[in-house]
Parts: sequence; structure tokens; C-alpha cells
Amino acid sequence: MHWIDYLRPRTLDECLDAFAEHGEAARALAGGTDLLVQMREGRRSNAVVIDVKAVEECNQLSYDDSEGLTLGAAVPCYRIYGDEAVRRHYPGLIDSVSMIGGTQIQGRASVGGNLCNASPSADAVPALIALRATCLIASSEGWRNVPVEDFCTGPGQTVLRPSEVLLALLLPPPEPGSGACYLRFIPRNEMDIAVAGAGVSVRLSGGRFADARVALAAVAPTPLLVREAGEVLKGRPVDRNALGLAGEAARAAARPISDMRGTAEYRSNLCAVLTRRALETAVQRAGGDLG
Amino acid sequence: MSSATTAKAEAAASASRRNGSGDSQDYEPNMVLATRHFDVVGTRPVRHDGTDKVTGRAIYGADLTLPDSLHGAVLRSPHAHARIRSIDTSKAEAMDGVHAVVTADDLPPAEDKQVDVGEGMTRLAYVHGNILANGKVLYQGHAIVAVAARNAHIAQEAARAIEVDYELLPSSMTAPEAMAPEAEVLHEDLFTKEFGEETARPSNIAEHFRWTLGDVGDGFGRSSVVAERTFDTATVHQGYIEPHNVTALWNHDGRLHIWCSTQGAFVVRDVTAKVLEIPVSNIKVTPLEIGGGFGGKIPVYLEPVAALLSRKTGRPVKMVMTREDVFIGTGPTAGSHVRVKVGASADGQLQALEASLAYEAGAYPGSYVAPGGMCIFAPYDCANVSVDCYDVVVNKPSCAAYRAPGAPQAAFAAEQVIDEVAERLGIDPVEFRLQNCSKEGTRRVDGPKFRRIGCEEVLRAVQDHPHWSAPLGGQNRGRGVAVGFWFNVGLESSCTLNVNTDGTVHLVEGSTDIGGTRTSIAMQAAEVLGISAEEILPEVVDTDSVGFTSVTGGSRTTFATGWAAHDAAQKIVAEMRSRAGKLWGVGPEAVEHEKGVYSCNGKSIGFRELAAKASRTGGPVSATATVKPRGVGGSFSADIVDVEVDLETGKVDILRFTAVQDVGKAVHPSYVEGQMQGGSVQGIGWALNEEYFMGDDGTMRNSSLLDYRMPTVLDLPMIDTCIVEVANPGHPFGVRGVGEANIIPPPAAIANAIRRAAGVRLQRLPMSPPAVWAAVDKARGMAA
Ligand SMILES: Cc1cc2nc3c(=O)[nH]c(=O)nc-3n(C[C@H](O)[C@H](O)[C@H](O)COP(=O)(O)OP(=O)(O)OC[C@H]3O[C@@H](n4cnc5c(N)ncnc54)[C@H](O)[C@@H]3O)c2cc1C
Repeated sequence: MHWIDYLRPRTLDECLDAFAEHGEAARALAGGTDLLVQMREGRRSNAVVIDVKAVEECNQLSYDDSEGLTLGAAVPCYRIYGDEAVRRHYPGLIDSVSMIGGTQIQGRASVGGNLCNASPSADAVPALIALRATCLIASSEGWRNVPVEDFCTGPGQTVLRPSEVLLALLLPPPEPGSGACYLRFIPRNEMDIAVAGAGVSVRLSGGRFADARVALAAVAPTPLLVREAGEVLKGRPVDRNALGLAGEAARAAARPISDMRGTAEYRSNLCAVLTRRALETAVQRAGGDLG
Repeated sequence: MSSATTAKAEAAASASRRNGSGDSQDYEPNMVLATRHFDVVGTRPVRHDGTDKVTGRAIYGADLTLPDSLHGAVLRSPHAHARIRSIDTSKAEAMDGVHAVVTADDLPPAEDKQVDVGEGMTRLAYVHGNILANGKVLYQGHAIVAVAARNAHIAQEAARAIEVDYELLPSSMTAPEAMAPEAEVLHEDLFTKEFGEETARPSNIAEHFRWTLGDVGDGFGRSSVVAERTFDTATVHQGYIEPHNVTALWNHDGRLHIWCSTQGAFVVRDVTAKVLEIPVSNIKVTPLEIGGGFGGKIPVYLEPVAALLSRKTGRPVKMVMTREDVFIGTGPTAGSHVRVKVGASADGQLQALEASLAYEAGAYPGSYVAPGGMCIFAPYDCANVSVDCYDVVVNKPSCAAYRAPGAPQAAFAAEQVIDEVAERLGIDPVEFRLQNCSKEGTRRVDGPKFRRIGCEEVLRAVQDHPHWSAPLGGQNRGRGVAVGFWFNVGLESSCTLNVNTDGTVHLVEGSTDIGGTRTSIAMQAAEVLGISAEEILPEVVDTDSVGFTSVTGGSRTTFATGWAAHDAAQKIVAEMRSRAGKLWGVGPEAVEHEKGVYSCNGKSIGFRELAAKASRTGGPVSATATVKPRGVGGSFSADIVDVEVDLETGKVDILRFTAVQDVGKAVHPSYVEGQMQGGSVQGIGWALNEEYFMGDDGTMRNSSLLDYRMPTVLDLPMIDTCIVEVANPGHPFGVRGVGEANIIPPPAAIANAIRRAAGVRLQRLPMSPPAVWAAVDKARGMAA
């Protein structure tokens, strides 16, 4: 039979030591809604599981008008959408954390786990990218900060080294006139994996797009930041034509595959549709008017 | 999207108001021809097994672990089609905690004979071959070796340690592929049976037969509108929530005791006896509670294997499938390839109906194409009909029954072409169906003449339903309708009633209770005895403790086991009249019985008091009845469905859904409504998203409930029900049976609704978002 060691460090130092000691053999455990399923299915068989939920730094959730949001890597979804400040300032993040799984899953699932699992279809990641979030990474050697769009390197692959752990996600404070949204397409109305997803953020000024970011889920080996879609919007008047152009840029950037969840052609089409629809909501949230 | 959601919420609210679900409003059948008054039948008592089920006390197979049990695991084929060159179990056998290993070599060689597998016959060799692969694996998931070990983890690890050397063979996944002349043959000894005659050709076509009425050539000649289309449906699974499970104990005295989840304890007993070549009397099967079956818990998979492992080890052996095992190793129902051609004259009279159905049987013959062919045109009275059926083996799991097996695939094709003809003639689709509907005396293409049926009444109920004339509102919305027929079956049932001295009655029966049948059977006994449903205490028992009873399937349980209960109750009434007579010194013929009161010359005594005097009047009162009923009554059903299609994503939202069904007599209306709703939901899943998604290598890519997309509650509106009661003259209470006909029309009705909403006709199931989007996109491209 296969045995697993389970560690539950109480402090950051203990945690970093544990990762330093066990290296490749270890795997972090946050909510376990990916990891436990994968272990049960025999897709992962790590000898050591290090539970990061008792580490304070992984559990913080605090907002500050100048610093923005510090979102501990192990904070479960329900705490995020239950937080007044996050609801007010980051509705785009709320979109994604309130659609992951269902109520039970949201009681455990974390945004850090969603990101570190590095699934191309992860729902929280495009929203984080659109919101310019960065990853605070620690090891016993030191700390580093990586933009979310550079964190995933392939399906299930990230920039994390064996001794490293994700501590928190840092989101800059929203600027005036900005709005964000995440939309995904699933064939059912719940309990499904995104066939495609679009996370967008916009900043409006004087009836024009001052800035915009578009990120896609499930249409490339990693979540995809589509810089072209943001560029095409910048400086344009806020109207449906602009949204359509951004949608086409997203379609062009997508590199989807065909599988049981949809054909490549269909997914590319979804990128255009979802980007356009997500932008509509983001513009509304930013106080803009599409006429 | 948001407008669709609101419309759905409104429809749900109004449907639940009409349904009175949740409140005390009693049912109002939309159309009642069963006018006899009953006291118990037609009411809604609380189900006898309710407390156990809602408190989690009911015992299912996975709950049962006997002392000293070993745990089994099965090694399944990773390949769709391969010859087994060798199997090396030595590493597994050497593992600590492993107690026994069995392969096909441990089964006695299969004699060349037929065996009854619950709802029909098949070759014993096929049953053998499916239980443990012999020489060849015919589908991914085919069981090859089983292991018994100290615990389930060791058993699984041991199964993984078994080495099988395969020689890969080309595989065929669909009927058209398997029928192609160059297709690799699955069974060298399978010769096509053509029009009843054996041929000398080994092929994947197990059987081809044809039914005809009149002359379709003539009929098409007289038609002013002829429509013809070809349809395909994907393989789908019954999707019961409880995986298959078994505990077997082969005792030292040679008696084998099996506990399992099955629709037919006697089928398990009889098939296991045939497979293991032991007398049926040596086997006792105890059916535990069952978490769904829908036809998929009729076949025997694990029972003989667990029995062999138990015989080798002398200990009880428990086996429980995983969800993946269930997907790749059990069920499913046939994928199909169906061509339908319909001709009608300008006045809307059907002139000719023609169909060719090729169904995937999976690895062994028996695809349920025959019932598909029997039902495909059953709702229509037409003089010229021709139906060809092909039963085709393919490299997928061997098919099991699934709720009206074979009929939904057929209706998906036929009801769309019928709709198209009506559309082209400019006739309302319900009017068109009414104008041509089957009635008493109409001959079905497979031979029988209908007795009293409710096809017309069901269609009239559709027409009269407020849903049919409600405004649709909104953009890209459409309303569809379709009708379906299922013949239902009778088979054999037994029932014993034991009268207790407190006036209650124990009812002993052998039909595993899937949809509330303990209660619907008890109610029929209560009606005859003139006591309440609560005073009957029904119990489903093991095969040693009740007379032979066929499967819970074919919508037969309330009909047939209920009939046995009715007959046993009549015997009790006769006995009670004689007991009352003894009290009063008169013969039984002088005692009258009405509603549980026995009387003679102004004296009377109630059932309860009389029961208390059993000992003084001659001893215990008990009666048994067995039936093999003939008067089976078929059931027609129809759906009205409103959809909204998101043209940009292809997503179909079901806004409103009304299920109409002729049930003969609704013994317990809540369970009837539950069956109608359940069948509709399964039909919706089949229509929109469910499918075995097969890779190019013939393996299933979505063998989990995450990716095999059954509808969740958020995907469904309230399913409104409309019970039609056209009494079945062949049953004491007019019962027809309700479990199956309701799954037949949903895919076709939804397809017809999509056609009106989006202007496209979907010819393949599932009508998933990518498929609908591609069809809309293609139509746009053609229009541009
Ligand atoms: C029923 C169900 C439905 C689901 N629905 C969705 C859905 O709709 N959308 C969606 O995106 N996902 C969904 N998921 C997947 C999963 O719930 C999410 O990805 C979730 O956010 C994972 O978070 P977790 O805290 O449970 O991660 P865990 O399972 O604990 O960890 C996930 C991975 O990240 C690593 N990890 C976790 N924390 C850290 C850390 N601090 N540092 C380094 N590595 C770390 C783990 O080692 C593991 O590899 C679903 C899962 C289930 C079971």
C-alpha cells in the first residue's frame, strides 16, 4: 500500500523548512479540491503533503486603499466573496470565485490552489491577470514577486521551484473609472469546466478606453494574456464596435485544441463572444455607457 | 441569458402552482376515462420506505460488510479491441494481503445454450464472455481478471500489477463503421441472421429483420410531400447514482449467498447458476436497497466473479465499482443510426412510413433495436409501413436496457420527420398527429392490433394544456412537441400476504423497489382488503422467501406484482368471509364484504377485529398469489417544450417543459409524477449533453460525472406533469405502467423546438452547444 506523510506547519518558517527539506517529494495542500481528487485518481503520488492552511501568511485577506488587496494563497472562495471590501473593489474577482465548483467546493477551494494547479481552464486566473495581480513567492532562500500571467508555464506547470511556496496574491487598488468582469462558457449551468473563459478589465476616461486587459481561459496550454485585445481598445471611443474588435483580437490570439469539451473552432468563436460580453459588463461596472 | 433565466423561473413558479407540488392540493388528472371510484388507489400515502431513505438508515450494498470479508478489484482492458496473448498474475499473487485471483479460466466452459437474462434470451457464451474476457477483449473496460485481498487498496494495487500481453486489433465504434465490409469482425462465430435465417457470413451484423404492412412504394407514390432524413445518436449511460456492488459468500456446505443491488434478484440467481453450473436452489440472492437502475441493473457483472473469489478463499468477498468502472464496464444504451422517410397526401393523411434502424449492441448481440422498430411508428395509423432493423456489435460495453430501451433513439428520428412533413403541409403539428393517430384496432407494423389505447387522449391533452397556447415571448425561442409509445411488459410475479392479529398485513414480495413500488403494490392489496395503505407492511425479500418474480423493469411492477397483491388480497377476503361465517355459524357465501367490513344478517365485524380472532376461527390467515398476466396495456406519452437558443454559443435553455402520459390508472399519483419527471429529465440529458465521448483509439474520454454531463437542477425547469388515465381493460385497476414511455419524446420534442427557435434541424444527439452552434453557423453561411 502507498503511504503519505502529512505535515501541518504552524509558522511560515516551519513551512519553508519543510519545503526545503522535502523538495520534489512534497506537495502543498490548500483546500485539496484539486490535489485530493488527483491523488485519488492516481494522477499524483507525492510522499509528503504539506498543509499550508495553518500558516498565517497564507490566510490573510486585507484591503488598503493605497496598497490594494493582499489575498493569502489558502483563503477559501467563500471568505473572498464574503468580504465587503473585495466585493466593492474587485467584482471581477468575485465573478470567478463565486462560480468555482459549488457551495461546498467554495468552502475549501482557494485562489492560490486554483493558480498553482495551473490548469488552462482555471477560472480565477484570467480575472487575476486582468486585474494585474502578482504572486508573492517564498522559500527559505528568500522572496520573489511574479506577475500572474508569467506564473503558469504549461498544463500543471508553474515557475515554482520545489522549495518554493506561494504565499499570497497582491492586487493593486482599482483606479477610478475602472471595471472588470470574468465570464466563462460551460454547457451546463454549474459543475463544469470552462470550455473557454474571458477575464477583462477596463479603465474609461472621457468616453474612451484609457486602458484595458483581456485574459483567456482554456484556449492555450496556460491562461493567456491577450495584449492585442487591450491595445486595440486603448484610445477608442466606448462603443460596441470597439468591443467587437477586441473580441476578434481574442479570437485571433486563442490557440485552442479540440477535445470532449468543444472543438477548436468552437472555442475560438467563444473567445470572441465571451470577450465582447465580458467587456460589456466591465464597461457598465466602470460607469460607462455603450449607448 | 438573463431573460431566459427569468422566463424559466416564471415557468417553474407557474408549473409548481399548477402541480400543487409541495402543498396539499390533490391531483387533477387532465383527462380521466377511468371512472371507477377507489378508496386507496389514486391517493398519496407516505411511502413505507420513506423514513429509512430520508434518515440514511436504508441499507445499500456498499453499506454491508460481513465479518471477515475480503475485498475485490477488477482489472479491465485499456484497449477497445485486442487479442489476449497472455496473462501473468504472479506478481499480484505474490503480494502481501492478496488471497485469490480469478480469470475466465476459472469459469466452467459455457455450454452452447440460451439463457434468460431478465427481459429476453441470449447465448450463455456471451454472458460468460462479458463477465470475464476469454481470449479477446472487445471494449475498453472489459473485465479480465479479478483479485480478492485484505482491503480494497491492496486489491486495486494487485490488479494493477497483473501483466496482460495484448495484440491490438482495429476497432469499430459505430454501427455504420462495424457494418462496413472491411470492418474487423468481433466474433468469429457470429453469423448474420437474415430475415430469420442463419447465413454463413461471420460479420458484425448479428441480425437483420424487416416488418412490413401494405406497400410503401404505393404509399410514397400517392404522397404529395415526402421527407427523408438520417439521424445518429451517441451512446449514453443510464447514470444511476449507486455503482454496482456485491457481497458473495460461498459457504462450506456449497450454498452460495449473494447480496447485491439489482433490479431482479431471481435473474441474478438464475444467471449466476447457469454461469457457474450450479443448481438455482443452491443460491440465495438478497437484494439490498437499490440506488437506481433504469434497466442497467438487470445484467449480471460482478456476482459470479465475487462468488468464484469466495469459493477460492472460503470468505465473503465484497466488490464495489467505481464510477469509472460503471461507465466503461456496465450499461450503456445503444448509439444508433436511423433513416426515416415519411409521405403524406396534401390533405394531411399519412400514406407511407419507412425506417431503417441500425443500433449498436456493444460487444455482444442484443441492442434493443427490435423494440425501437416496434415503437418507431406506433403512434400512427398508416396502411403502408416498412421497418428494417439491424443489430450490430461494436467495440463498446455490451448494451443494457435503459428505460423504454431502443424507443427514444427511434422517436428522435421519426418525430422530427413527422414534424417536418406537418410543417411542409402547413398543418399544426398536434393536429397532424391527431389526424393520423393510432386507435383501438390499429395494427402495429410488428403485428399486434392495439386494444384500448390513449394515443388520441394524450394528444388532446397536449392541445388542451395551457402550455400549448401560452405566448412564447422573447427572441430565438421555439416550442416543440413529440409523442412516444412503449408497450410495457407483464412477465411473472408472486406475492404473499400474512394477516397479523393487530389487523395489519405483512406483504411479502420480490420486486426490488426503485420508484416507490412497495407502496403502489401495497395500495392495491389495501384497496381489495378495505384497509388503509399504512396497515399493509410491504417487504422485499430474498429469493428463498418468495415465489419467482421477474425483474423490476418494463414498467411492469405496479402492473404485475400489484396484480399478484390484488389476487392474494382477494384470497384473504374469501378466507375472512369464511372466518366471519364461523363466528356466526354460517357459510362463507352468506357473509358479505364491503370496504373491510364483513356482515351477515345485521351482524358485522371489521377486518381488524376479525384478524384478532384468527386463532379462534381456524389459525393464521395467509395467502399467496402468482401471476403471469396477459392484459398488458401500452403507454403513450407526449411532451411540450419551450427552448431558447443562444445563437452565438449554441447553448439551449429549456424554459418550460410539460410531460403528458397515459398511465391507465395512477395508483399513487406522486410516484407517477415522479416517474414522468424523472424520465423527462433523463430524456433532456440525452438530448442536450450526455454522450460517450470516444477518442480515436476507442477509449472513453469522459468517464466521470464531471465530463459526462447529466443535467443538474440548475439546467432544468420545473417539469410540469399531466396525467392521462385511459384505463387498461386488462388490469383490475386499469394500470398500464408508467416508468418508461416518458423518456421517449424529450429528445425529439427538444429538436423540434430548436428547429423553430433557430431554424436548424439537428440530426445527431447530443444537441450540445458546439453542435448547435456549428449547425447555426453553417445555416448562416449558406444563407449569406
Ligand atoms: C467538484 C469540483 C468542481 C470544481 N469546479 C471548478 C470550477 O468551476 N472552476 C475552477 O477553476 N476549478 C474548479 N475546480 C477545481 C478546484 O476546486 C479549484 O482549482 C480550486 O481553486 C483549487 O484550490 P484548492 O485550495 O482546493 O487547491 P489544492 O487542491 O489544495 O491545490 C491545488 C494545487 O496547487 C498546489 N498548491 C496549493 N496551494 C499552494 C501554495 N500555497 N503554494 C504552492 N502550491 C500550492 C497544490 O500542491 C496542488 O497542486 C473544481 C473542483 C471540484 C472537485
